[in-house]
Formats: sequence, C-alpha cells, structure tokens
Amino acid sequence: MTPKASEGSRELSVQKIKDGTVIDHISAGYALAVLQILGITGREGDILLVAMNMHSKRLDKKDLIKIEGRELTTEEINRIALVAPKATINIIRSFKVHHKQRIKIPDEIEGIVNCANPSCITNNERGITSSFTVTQRNPVTLRCTYCKQITSHNQIIDQLLGKS
Amino acid sequence: MTFNVKNIISIADLADKDILTILDRADKMERLARGGKQSRLLEGRILATLFYEPSTRTRLSFESAMLRLGGSTVSVAQVGSSSVAKGESLADTIRTVESYSDIIVLRHPQEGAAQWAAEVASVPIINAGDGAGRHPTQTLLDLATIRKSQGKLEGLNVAVLGDLRFGRTVHSLSYAITRFTDKLYCVAPEGLELPPEIVMDLQGQDKEVIQTGDLQGILPNLDVLYVTRIQKERFPSPADYERVRGQYVIDLSLLEHAKPTLDILHPLPRVDEIAPAVDKTPHARYFTQVFNGLVVRMAVLDLLMEAQKA
Repeated sequence: MTPKASEGSRELSVQKIKDGTVIDHISAGYALAVLQILGITGREGDILLVAMNMHSKRLDKKDLIKIEGRELTTEEINRIALVAPKATINIIRSFKVHHKQRIKIPDEIEGIVNCANPSCITNNERGITSSFTVTQRNPVTLRCTYCKQITSHNQIIDQLLGKS
Repeated sequence: MTFNVKNIISIADLADKDILTILDRADKMERLARGGKQSRLLEGRILATLFYEPSTRTRLSFESAMLRLGGSTVSVAQVGSSSVAKGESLADTIRTVESYSDIIVLRHPQEGAAQWAAEVASVPIINAGDGAGRHPTQTLLDLATIRKSQGKLEGLNVAVLGDLRFGRTVHSLSYAITRFTDKLYCVAPEGLELPPEIVMDLQGQDKEVIQTGDLQGILPNLDVLYVTRIQKERFPSPADYERVRGQYVIDLSLLEHAKPTLDILHPLPRVDEIAPAVDKTPHARYFTQVFNGLVVRMAVLDLLMEAQKA
C-alpha cells in the first residue's frame, strides 16, 4: 500500500482508510516517534500509512499517519500532543471523517511523563502524580509544579520513547 | 493588612504585600526575641520540626522562635531512626505528625517535598529547605536585614558574590530583591555564574543583570554586598580552587572603596571569604542576620497561626 505519485505532478496521493484514525500535521520528522508512543510496530497486520516530510501549507513540512482499525483514545491523543503539538486527529468511519479533533495542549499536565529532575519529590515518593505547567507550546516544554525545574522537549520525547 | 497565606513554601508564592507584612511583623517581634517578658501569643500551640537533613541554625531558630512566643515544640531526634527508615512515605509521616502539632517545619533532601507536604497536610507547612530548591525563611531574613539597615528595599544597588550557580539562598534572594530594585550585580568565578534561566527570568521582568568580575570596580556603587561561600568541591582541582578563592576575599583594604553605609551579608557558615577584621566594621551584618532569622521566624509562625484562626 504505497502512496501513489500522480503523473506529471509532484503531489503524493495517499490511500484512504475505511475505519481508523488519521493523524495529520505531525511536526516533520516525528511520525516514527508518534508510532512508537502508540506502540504501533507495523506488525499488527492492519493497514498503516506513514508519510514524512510532506509539503504543508500550515507547517511548511509535515508528517502524516493513517492507521486502519484503531480509534485513538483521549489519553493517547494527550501523549501525542507532547510530541506533535500541531497535529490534527481525524476519526474515520466508512471512509468518511466521522469527527476531527485538533490537538490542544492544556495549560497543566498531570502524569504522562515524569519530571526530568531525579531528586524531585515526584520521582521519589509513592502515591504522587507528576504535575506540570506548560511553559512553551511548540516545542512543548514543561515546568514541574513541585520542584519547578524544566523538562525539555527532548527529555519528553526520550521518556515517551522509553529511552530514559 | 490581611495575610491569607496558609503555607510558606517558596518566596515566589508570596505577594510583595505578604513579604512586607512578614517584615513589619518581624520588626514588632524584636523586643520579644531578646527575651525578658514571656509572650503568650502562641501559648498552647505546638510546632513540630521534621528535619530529614542536618541543620543547626534553622532548626534552633524555629524552635527558639516558637518558645519565645509561648508555644511548645516537638521534633524527631533523628529522622534516620524513625519510621522513615522503615520506608514510610513523606505523606504518611506528615499525616502522623500533624496529629501531634499545629504547624510543621520541614527540611527534606528532595525538591518539591514541602509543596507535597502542604498538599497532604491540614496544618500549615513551612519549608526550611528542600534539596537544592527553596528556603524561603532565609530569604525573608535577608530582606529583613537589608530593610532594617538601609531603611528601605526599593532602589538599592545589590550585588551577589561567590557561588551563584549552586547556592539556593542566592537564587531565591535574586528573585526576591529584584521585586524592589531594577538591577542586580553578579560577581562569580568562571563556571559558578548565576544560572542562565534565572538571568533570563530577571531580564524578562525588565531587570538589569550586570555580570562582572570586577568587584573593586562596582564596590563604590553598592548598598548591599551578599557574599556566599565558594565550595572547594565545585572545582576540578585544588589548584583551580586556590586560584579563584583569593580573588573574592572581602578585607579591610577592599572596603576602603566602599560607601560607609555598605552592608555585607552572608548566609553563614563562612570559611575565609570575609576576613575576620571585617566583623568589627559597621559593614558586617551577618551576625545581625542570625538574630533576624529568629524574629522573621517568629513573625511567620505568628502570622500563619493567625491566618489559620481567621
């Protein structure tokens, strides 16, 4: 299921999916990170389309993912928001967009990632949930509500990808 | 003025008017702090001090403050030998200790611990230092010392000197004093400068941050010089430490360039960054700071208890 290049045009047309999710306007270069966050390996057997560094009016360049047979949950959308803050989520049913959801980064985030400061109380005490205020939205940067230290965009991605 | 503060966790949580209310109340506590007539302001109230890290001055100062106000204190002699050593969480310890007390002073090695304690406690929490994080009563006593000596906080030329990178007292003071002044002089050895995020924060609030190595050059302008210890362990080699150490010793010959009204503060303990001969000059305020630590903590205890009653 490779994208088809229409003759005489530099545009790529990407095949439609029947039921599932289209994640559009992912920051260029982050599609594989989004897949990893969602735990999608491509070995699930469902149609999976990934396009990277495509032309975009809104973002200059963007990535796009189409996932057959899976509708994302709110929790999954929140996780993606930290990596791809400008993404749009289209839930597809019977080849049509059932509803569209623009990712909106909340002012405050609880859980999802840990504070990058190893001596923060949230990394050492049982029964406490990490909590952040969003200090920058694109790329996302978080300030811990407890220790006030910054967790950078790269640290967020490393955590979501299981690297730290 | 109403004081609607429930906990003292960070100086950043306090509005300017709250800081000034604390300093005003501290002024009124001076007579009581010197002893003589026993106050009954906090009679029947119990302060618990819960120190997970060693401290001499801060702990004694809080306990003395409570006793001067007629209250009582309880403390865990060694946190290491308590339930904590058996793996009890901070939240559980706080819930237990609050049953025995009306207010808790906490020092903890982890950043953000005091805020977490405040979330689980029903009694007021005072942060007496959380890791490399915050130590708000130290900053309040620094401000009290400056205001008492200079008669004001506004418009002063303040310099911070020494280890500006790791010193939590300096970070907190830098934010606090620039609420009242337009600029801050910073003098630090290479590698120990004020962290760039603090410089950016201050510049974002339209404050001028003047970073210089020329202490003698700026000294004639200064009203306040806040000196901190440069720790040997911050340097890659003893030779590097020795090279830097000598550059920033405050002695009588240096002070010939200073205003007669210059105040020198130091959070103590000092090593040799201020020559003992300076102690006898009118510039030396570091022992006054110790006394102000007591009156400020009396003020904080009194105001928090008062706010809880309201």
